[in-house]
Amino acid sequence: MKSRTILLILGFIVWLLLTGSLDWQHLIIGLIVSGFVAYLTGELFTQRPNLFFHPQRYFWFLYYIPLFLWECFKSNIDVALRVIHPNKPLNPGIVKVETTLRNDTALTFLANSITLTPGTLTVDIDKEKGCLYIHWIDVKTTDVEKATEMIVKRFERILKKIFE
Amino acid sequence: MIEVIGIIFIVMGLVFDFLGCLGLVRFPDVYNRLQASTKCVTFGTASILFGTYVMVGFNPTGIKCILALIFVLLTSPTASHALARASYKGGIKLWEKSKCDFYSQKNKV
Repeated sequence: MKSRTILLILGFIVWLLLTGSLDWQHLIIGLIVSGFVAYLTGELFTQRPNLFFHPQRYFWFLYYIPLFLWECFKSNIDVALRVIHPNKPLNPGIVKVETTLRNDTALTFLANSITLTPGTLTVDIDKEKGCLYIHWIDVKTTDVEKATEMIVKRFERILKKIFE
Repeated sequence: MIEVIGIIFIVMGLVFDFLGCLGLVRFPDVYNRLQASTKCVTFGTASILFGTYVMVGFNPTGIKCILALIFVLLTSPTASHALARASYKGGIKLWEKSKCDFYSQKNKV
């Protein structure tokens, strides 16, 4: 029930941002639509709704956004240089890394962050064993622990504070 | 001044989008192509949307730009993840010069 209420509020906020008007007709339609969506998919949205009431998680999330954007920008420069380099300096392979995160949302964010940061693309997640298979455009090491250190650690630390 | 900053973001986005598409043509296999297209095109599109937001300011159009930006950032890596996994399961091999493939071990067991 809590999960549905949170989804209802979030959906209504997105509706307000999309329509950009406070007319009562828009508000009623928005309430009906977000209520319907929350009724259908509310249980899937989050398993632990209490996490939404911890303010320190939002501060860590605010810290995470600029870090993520900076890594994203570096990765773009890196890939763009590889694209225009005449010899195509590629050294690809699929490596395995380990993570201590178990929560679905945290794993999704970790996989998305890895995909958007330098030279790495998540291919598959093994949730039970807690390992990710990652396509690396420039394989520096095939050792599981060293690769974990290089790819996962910088995000895992912060995501643990946000989602676990 | 605000117009200049917005145009700088839009031009940067266009350059990244172009390089991403060029990578799609130049790179050797599906996985490398996904790398180029996902990273450059996601960031390029996000940059164009942000430039538009800077130019039009904080009004309904700008807010829609920001919403579209968030959705692009959330969904594009997920889509590339699904494509990479599906192509591996569908039997597409890695480039012959690839160094290692740990994922094949998991699929054998």
